[in-house]
Amino acid sequence: MKILIVEDDLEAAAYLAKGLKESGYQTEHVADGKEALYRIAAETYDALIVDRMLPGVDGLTIVKTMRSAGNASPVLILSALGDVDDRVRGLKAGGDDYLTKPYAFAELLARLEALLRRGKGDAQETVLRVGDLEMDLVSRTVTRAGSAIDLKPKEFSLLEYLMRHAGHVVTRTMLLENVWDYSFDPQTNVIDVHISRLRQKLDKGFDRPLLHTIRGAGYSIRETR
Amino acid sequence: MCVFGASAALLLWFIYASTSGFMDQQTDETINAEIRGLSEQYAQQGLNGLVHVIQARVAADKSGSSVYLLTNWKFAPLAGNLPQWPSFSETQDGWLTLNLEEPESGRMRETRVRYFLLPGNYHLLVGRDVTERNKIQGMIMDSLGWALFITAALGGAGGLLMSRRMLGGLDVINKASREIMNGDLNRRIPLRGSGDEYDRLAANLNAMLDQIVLLMNGVRQVSDNIAHDLRGPLNRIRGALELSLRTAKTPEEFREILENATVEIDKLLATFNALLTIAQAEAGSRREDFRDVDLALLAQEAAELYEPLAEEKGIAFTVDLAPELYVPGNGHLVAQALANLLDNAIKYTPSGGRVTVTLKKEPSGPVLSVSDTGPGIPEAFREKALERFQRLEASRNTPGSGLGLSLVAAVAKLHHAAIELADNEPGLRASLRFKAA
Repeated sequence: MKILIVEDDLEAAAYLAKGLKESGYQTEHVADGKEALYRIAAETYDALIVDRMLPGVDGLTIVKTMRSAGNASPVLILSALGDVDDRVRGLKAGGDDYLTKPYAFAELLARLEALLRRGKGDAQETVLRVGDLEMDLVSRTVTRAGSAIDLKPKEFSLLEYLMRHAGHVVTRTMLLENVWDYSFDPQTNVIDVHISRLRQKLDKGFDRPLLHTIRGAGYSIRETR
Repeated sequence: MCVFGASAALLLWFIYASTSGFMDQQTDETINAEIRGLSEQYAQQGLNGLVHVIQARVAADKSGSSVYLLTNWKFAPLAGNLPQWPSFSETQDGWLTLNLEEPESGRMRETRVRYFLLPGNYHLLVGRDVTERNKIQGMIMDSLGWALFITAALGGAGGLLMSRRMLGGLDVINKASREIMNGDLNRRIPLRGSGDEYDRLAANLNAMLDQIVLLMNGVRQVSDNIAHDLRGPLNRIRGALELSLRTAKTPEEFREILENATVEIDKLLATFNALLTIAQAEAGSRREDFRDVDLALLAQEAAELYEPLAEEKGIAFTVDLAPELYVPGNGHLVAQALANLLDNAIKYTPSGGRVTVTLKKEPSGPVLSVSDTGPGIPEAFREKALERFQRLEASRNTPGSGLGLSLVAAVAKLHHAAIELADNEPGLRASLRFKAA
């Protein structure tokens, strides 16, 4: 997996590259917007991490340019601007996700993995499976080992998001943004309570838990062996 | 000043011109009337009659202000009180002003005359002494001149006095302003107690300065609080890191310290984010992006997010929302404000208590409230509770940044909504009163 980092803060870029390398990614780095456009035109990347404020050509212009050239590689925009409207503008320009600086590396990694996975899953699929857990998206029912699990609508959406990212870490802010459409971080970890409720319904009475808490990062649904 | 002087002069000149013009006209009319009378006498009674009439008129004129002279064609005097025909060059209309010598005193007298040729080549001269009239005109001229002078003098002195007073008042204000600009913000412009425009200006400026000082103190308070509230966690992180450098031996110990430090730093970042959000909401620059916000839907979703948290804590959670209430606004910010209120309510309500979310339609507009049965906020502290970093002493040890209600207040202000903290008996009822759309 090859990732292009477009970031003019060299220290931040080095830290990012190091973290991604440790997680098994290949990275390239450019510090300038024009240079980034040349690279994007010449090579293919699995994903791009683009800082919004850049010398020369700014991040949003890079994304717009590559999108109009038909390049559909996923882009994660980084920005020091944290306003809800800034986020909306970033996504409108063609970014796939938007992360405000300063961010936790675990958050960035989780979002990057979500982006890389996107498009691989079949959008047409009507049943999601993780181990013996089954979610029917048409009848909106969930069963584990054949027995039905009764979920409230929000719990269903929460589980759906987790199952679509099965095997990967999903952070609390990703859940807030995608399940609740909240782009702020509540003071209390309300998400934890929702997860523990969901966990009660999914894992209670089963030897192998499916819903896991990843310390310092978030949650993941996966089959353990 | 100039305009005043010029108009006074113009007025006086007009008075002079009209009075003296009227006097001149009077004289000329009298002379005309006499000539008409005398030529009628001549036409009716002949030369002898005319001579008689002239002699009678001369005799009647005791003051000697009238001049008559009738001569034959060789200018030899026939009747009248002039010894001889004066020499003058003829004029078109027969009007002249002559300097005639008074026979007895030898005084020169200015006389307005008209000469007239009677049939039979007799020359008739009728005149009036205008020395008196000129004197009166001179007197009028003089007094008007004096009037002008006095007016100018009084006006000048008054203007000078007034402008000095004006400049004096401004000087006081300028002096005080300079001192204030140089840093003495507690200086005020002295009032003269006259209650005039300058005093009122000074009073307004003083009131403005009071307001500025109040705002400055507010800003200073906020930055002091920020510094104070951020120094605490930073000190803790620093202490923990320093201690770990000295005492920690195993990688596990280091890991624990680093993880704790990361958690602390995340809290600091959350505080910064909250401050930035408040600043953005207070700046109010994004009102043009307002959309209609479905308050019931927004409250429903926030309630769903927080309901499990309340249940976990053993708090009853009630939701009562009137449908179809919309306000123009920023949905994300209103949701965040409501989330902060719910967060506080659940945090401060003890187990067994109750938290209620209500949305009501009132005549003034939609009212979104969160009520709890916690300790509430004493009335005296309610205003303060909306300021940044202001926390009740009793809640110092509960987690939180002290920014939650400030954000609610900023969001309320952005939406022209009133925030109301009231006694829920027991507990707190926080309401956002939106204006009717």
